[in-house]
Amino acid sequence: MQKFLTHQGIAAPLLRVNIDTDAILPSREMKRVSREGLGGSLFAGWRYLQGVVKAGNLDPEFVLNQPAYADASILLTGQNMGCGSSREFAVWALKDFGIRAIVSPSFGAIFYTNCIRNGVLPIILDEKQIADIATEVVPNPQLNQLSIDLQHSQITTPNQQRYSFRIEASYQQMLLNGLDPIDLTLQLQTDIDEFIRADQVKRSWAHANRPIND
Amino acid sequence: MPKPPGLTLFDKIWNDHTVERGEDGSYLIYIDRIFLHERTGSLALSGLESSGRTTKNPANVFCTMDHIVDTKPGRSDNTTTPGGKEFIQVTRQLANQHGITLFDLEDPMQGISHVVAAEQAIALPGCTMICPDSHTCTLGAIGALATGVGSSECEHALATETLRFFKPKQMRVQFKGKLSPGVTAKDLALHLISTFSATGGSGCAVEFAGPVISELDVEARQTLCNLAVEFSAFTGIIAPDDKIINYLKNKPFAPKGQAWQTATKYWSTLQTDVDAKFDHEIEIDCTEIAPTVTWGTSPEQAVSIEAVVPHPDSTDLASKKNAINRALNYMNLSPGMPITDLPIQAAFIGSCTNSRLSDLRIAANILKGRSIAPGVKAICVPGSTQVKALAEKEGLDQIFRQAGFEWRESGCSMCFYAGGEGFNSGDRVITSTNRNFEGRQGPGTRSHLASPATVAASAVTGYITDFRAIQD
Repeated sequence: MQKFLTHQGIAAPLLRVNIDTDAILPSREMKRVSREGLGGSLFAGWRYLQGVVKAGNLDPEFVLNQPAYADASILLTGQNMGCGSSREFAVWALKDFGIRAIVSPSFGAIFYTNCIRNGVLPIILDEKQIADIATEVVPNPQLNQLSIDLQHSQITTPNQQRYSFRIEASYQQMLLNGLDPIDLTLQLQTDIDEFIRADQVKRSWAHANRPIND
Repeated sequence: MPKPPGLTLFDKIWNDHTVERGEDGSYLIYIDRIFLHERTGSLALSGLESSGRTTKNPANVFCTMDHIVDTKPGRSDNTTTPGGKEFIQVTRQLANQHGITLFDLEDPMQGISHVVAAEQAIALPGCTMICPDSHTCTLGAIGALATGVGSSECEHALATETLRFFKPKQMRVQFKGKLSPGVTAKDLALHLISTFSATGGSGCAVEFAGPVISELDVEARQTLCNLAVEFSAFTGIIAPDDKIINYLKNKPFAPKGQAWQTATKYWSTLQTDVDAKFDHEIEIDCTEIAPTVTWGTSPEQAVSIEAVVPHPDSTDLASKKNAINRALNYMNLSPGMPITDLPIQAAFIGSCTNSRLSDLRIAANILKGRSIAPGVKAICVPGSTQVKALAEKEGLDQIFRQAGFEWRESGCSMCFYAGGEGFNSGDRVITSTNRNFEGRQGPGTRSHLASPATVAASAVTGYITDFRAIQD
């Protein structure tokens, strides 16, 4: 898994509520059984005129198409970011575009976990705090970059405003160390197998499909 | 010694599936059933392959083809969805390689994953179930602890038979009173979400309870739980009762013989204790709920069919005001327009929300002896091959066809636009599906979510219509 320690970058304000994963990556843009190469289709319906993904068709109004935000790596969004479909393609597209962190008052639960699993840092701050950060960034996004320090779970603005955010310790460690959650769980294999043996007695009916010699 | 506090239904299932508690307060939860489909399951299986891991217990893993397959007759792997063939074929190859039960294109058990999981009794009360699909919460209606996950989390479950979660908070929504005739679980769900917002259930496992729930049939309960994710809930769940037990009995994957006896005894304990405490409690009087329809681009932007399009000043929140303005613009609406004045270009009945036999019967009851309005494109997509066969046995297909509806093969179809078949930009679609997001059913397409009854009545008149107005 990709590590996340510290990051400094351009923050783009996309302060809409309920940004769903269909908006982040429409179903029609998932054309391969692959986690790669989706960045060009990110926000296809908003980034491209008539939603048609092709060179020269960018909507100049959309924030990520404005020259100052072309290299944005942090998104500032409204509440319920990433609601809707569970498609992990949405996070793969954000990551491929170069987004490393997303700041929102709240996230869709599946999207939040998908971010963690892919080394994209989801940061929860109040709507007011996000609005203040946006106010500071917008006059000169390239100069007024944000610094994120995951170890201390803190964002620092160019004016040295510091915002602390909460993240579960295990998620923090997973990101700081690039740990693979499957490997971590496989270390508990004995516990899992013991649980299953006991459960086969307690809820035998739930294990009817399981081969007898398991 | 003080009496231990009462447990909720959710607590009971959660506790019986806890393998281990992490130092960070997380829980390693045993997963009973995993369901895959070709869109995201393909990625989970190919992820396992590339990391050299295997599916630990394929006997409890099931897979269907629903998201990408065409729904026109004579379908094959060559779908109209760009790249779709690869998703279908990779899924088939890996499902077979991993020894997973696959409901392939021609299988009589093929259908939309959540519809199939219930009707074949793959989801069972007191079981945990995951699928890399956000509407997995549908199966809470059976009394399963079911939740949607991403492909990577699914891969974790395939490799370990477990998933690590933080325990969600708990909410109970009690539906009191009595539903008016013809008002359905869909209207109930949209009413709940519009009243308490699309984040009303955020971070919560939500138990739906109360006299109205007891009255709902098993399929209607699936419609309600299906929309729990649009309420931002971790899942929705309903305590299993005799209706559920009768529904499951003798279904293909239900326990049989002695196992059935043991199972039903265990299921009878799956009730919230009277002294259990919830983090949040909501009560809704259902007596006044009218048929409900969305006007905007979030399921929370829903109103009674008797209402008008709301004004941005109906909220004090700046962010919600902006959202209303954006939605008005996208939907090409003005505040104050009566909902029933809106002409439609298309009507769609289908999806994991409303495509079961009872849904089709309700729609057919309205369509019988009527025809859809000229110029309306109307499509009915049964939720599973089994639903389709049962509907045809009672002649429902003939009613749909004679009214002017297309009658399709089962699949997710036009609930979303995957690049193949779609509605036109600017089309206003009345749809029995779950998401009215911008572009969900096609770039520029304007979706209004409603019950199958509302969709059928609207198809007949060509306007969004209160079905009670056209009933004899």
